Amino acid sequence: MSNTLTIAARRSFDSESWLQRLVISLGVLFLLLALLAPLLTMLVKSLQNGAGEFIGLHNFIAYFDNPALTQSILNSITIALWTTFIVVSIAFVFAYALTRSGMAGKKTFRLVTMLPLFAPSLLPALSMIYLFGNQGILKDWLPVESIYGPVGIVIGLSFWAFPHALMILITAFSNSDARLYEAAKSMKTPPWRVFLTVTLPSVRYGLINTIFVIFTLTITDFGVAKVIGGQYNVLATDIYKQVVGQQNFQMGAVVSVVLLLPALISFAVERRVQRRQSALLTSRAVPLQPQKSPLRDALLTLFCALVCGFLLLVIGMAVYASFITFWPYNMELSLNNYRFDMMDGGGWASYFNSLQMSAWTAVIGTAVVFLVAYMNEKIKLMPFARRLLQLLAMLPMAVPGIVLGLAYIFFFNHPDNPMNGIYGTMAILVLNTVVHFYTVCHLTATTSLKQIDNEFEAVSASLKVPFYTTLRRVTLPLALPSVLDISVYLFVNAMTTVSAVVFLYSSDTTLASVAVMHMDEAGDIAPAAAMAVLLMLTSLVAKGLHWMISHQILQRTQRWRQR
Amino acid sequence: MNLKKTLLAAAVALTATGAQAATELTVYTALEADQLKSYAKAFESANPDVKIRWVRDSTGIITARLLAEKDNPQADAVLGLAATSLLVLKGEGMLQPYKPAGVEQLSTQFVDKDETPSWIGMDAWVASVCYNRIEAEKHDLPMPTSWKDLTKPVYQGHLVMPNPNSSGTGYLDVASWLQTFGEEDGWKFMDDLHQNIDRYTHSGSKPCKMAAAGETPIGISFAYRGAKLINKGAPIDLAFPSEGLGWDMEAAAIIKGSDKMDAAKTLMDWAVTKDANTLYNGSYAVVAMPGVAKPVPNYPSDIADRMIDNDFEWAAVNRSRILKEWQQRYDGKSEPKN
Repeated sequence: MSNTLTIAARRSFDSESWLQRLVISLGVLFLLLALLAPLLTMLVKSLQNGAGEFIGLHNFIAYFDNPALTQSILNSITIALWTTFIVVSIAFVFAYALTRSGMAGKKTFRLVTMLPLFAPSLLPALSMIYLFGNQGILKDWLPVESIYGPVGIVIGLSFWAFPHALMILITAFSNSDARLYEAAKSMKTPPWRVFLTVTLPSVRYGLINTIFVIFTLTITDFGVAKVIGGQYNVLATDIYKQVVGQQNFQMGAVVSVVLLLPALISFAVERRVQRRQSALLTSRAVPLQPQKSPLRDALLTLFCALVCGFLLLVIGMAVYASFITFWPYNMELSLNNYRFDMMDGGGWASYFNSLQMSAWTAVIGTAVVFLVAYMNEKIKLMPFARRLLQLLAMLPMAVPGIVLGLAYIFFFNHPDNPMNGIYGTMAILVLNTVVHFYTVCHLTATTSLKQIDNEFEAVSASLKVPFYTTLRRVTLPLALPSVLDISVYLFVNAMTTVSAVVFLYSSDTTLASVAVMHMDEAGDIAPAAAMAVLLMLTSLVAKGLHWMISHQILQRTQRWRQR
Repeated sequence: MNLKKTLLAAAVALTATGAQAATELTVYTALEADQLKSYAKAFESANPDVKIRWVRDSTGIITARLLAEKDNPQADAVLGLAATSLLVLKGEGMLQPYKPAGVEQLSTQFVDKDETPSWIGMDAWVASVCYNRIEAEKHDLPMPTSWKDLTKPVYQGHLVMPNPNSSGTGYLDVASWLQTFGEEDGWKFMDDLHQNIDRYTHSGSKPCKMAAAGETPIGISFAYRGAKLINKGAPIDLAFPSEGLGWDMEAAAIIKGSDKMDAAKTLMDWAVTKDANTLYNGSYAVVAMPGVAKPVPNYPSDIADRMIDNDFEWAAVNRSRILKEWQQRYDGKSEPKN
């Protein structure tokens, strides 16, 4: 009797492990098909001519023989270096002020710095036109002749990249050990020396990490350069021009490979640095309590107020301009610019498509990401497949959106691809967006799963509780806050992204963020600003809802955390 | 009993509407966004059994997409795309020849020369220069009267024009200068013009909209956009350079391999009707059917005489060579000015 029970149990246990294997395999298959295969197809395309014949490195030779094109490599690097320098410097001081000073109003400052995350990257670029363009209200303040070019790109990108830098640096500054400062104090070390010998070393990995993250983000940017770049070409806009203007898909693939390289290198360095950082802080460290210092705090408050003032000015300008009837000759306020149906880009339908696409991305993306991360973290089967999964999950971070978009055309519009039915549908947009933003979601899910003791799984398994029951009843509720974080992150990014989807929408699935770009292309700057403002507002509402729901759930399910 | 009858009638009616469900025709177009609704409405009210699903983008982009989708075509038909682009598609064997009923009423230069034409023209869109009075006065810029005028140093940095790689309007400018001035002098002219150009825009409308907004005082664009903006109250005038105006045809064709051939033919039949030509005339002064066109507000009445004698075959055959050359010369050479 008991014998049969054990056999039955083992059998069900076996079928369970097969299910686990299946899910891991599906996860690997998903990332192979939706990420690696398109990229490899693109790589092959870069070695082919227009007729699809293999021609070796011919396209690359043609590319490097064309100074007009190679100039963009230099331009992209210049932009990325300048932006990284500016953003990291400002974010460094800002993060210092938020974590180490006794300044008042930290919460408000922090809140304002989050705002750029909710705006499409095109919004700051459009604001630049109204602030510093030829009819801009602050035109005389601009030290250079024209905002259309590198200066505009750098300012626009700085606005957009700032919160990303700040987030990492705040974390870096938070990991402080008060004992070191006490020791320095007792040795009467002068403050500048404390800064150089204690503060700086303690954040150095965070700092290096930030530099590489911002460099990767800005060298791959498409939207800002597209709107405000004028005649200043960068790699991402070159890909767009090659594909849509020159009808030269092979050259588009070549530029994509060229752009992929610095992004991959920068990303690899960043991963190495990240790995070293973990050992920095010991468990005996005592968190530092910021001290008050009137002069320093006053200066830092002024600095933070200036930065926040600039962020609000950029957003405010876009909002204001979107209500102006006919800039600059008729400054009456009206809603004319919100009549999207008379404009390029698909009109109001685009907005509702974007909502729909973002909702699908949030729901499907969160489910896929969480399930894959769970299998990867909690199931101890198929070590090789799981290592591959981990590697593939990190890759999207290094793949520029516009490169991924082009790769999707090559892969999914191929007549021999059995999946080519999804080309031109909502499904390909959702798939592309999930993959594009996969890495951050995967890291979030993995981090929160790591915090949950593996004993739960071990105990459940020994009690013969199937893993999906443990997942549903224990792990998922515990990880709920991060699940919500992932879903709102995906929603906001799906609303605002341009680069990856710009090649993939069809007339039934036009998107609002792409419409912003098209309206700008057609010269309808004010309606473009209006749509960008609408996107930002929608993202903020989603974030507000997320906050309310998380707050409720946290109170109900996470009480165990507060002891 | 009565109820039963009503239900039956309703059921029959339902099936009937079901059977008559309109065919959805995917039409790629480079028409202006503000024209799409009226064009679809006019066609659909004449042909209720076909519904148009527009895919709209700039000329260069639509052409690029059609070529990219050559092996897996998504479009059933094309309406309102530059004839030079359609000639490229014809060269690739992508167009389905069809002789629309009534095509013989069109001017011969608006119809493909083949026995069974591969494409038919709709109207001509014509280059012109948008000139902002207020900003021009500020910068002391005289109204240009010829293309050559635009190369004068006084205009430096005050000019925008469309990038011919993405914009059909941009390409018709370049192609017309090369035809009017000859290859060598044409490129020489563009070299000089390049010195004055502030930047090259993606779309053909944008230069005129920028001029209308005072962002850049002078935009090389096309007449329809200028006339529209003047009607909206923009402080601009249109200049028509004396050497002659470049132009291209908006044209229509069926994409080979479409599984909605009947509906696509219906669209072609409609595109050559007098009603359709009257509709084109709402935006363009020169249309395919002779005798239909009435003067358009803010257009010069003699615009047809100002148009150059355009060789479309030449413009299509040399399209990729010219665009490549243009890109080599101007696209990346444009160093940042600051």
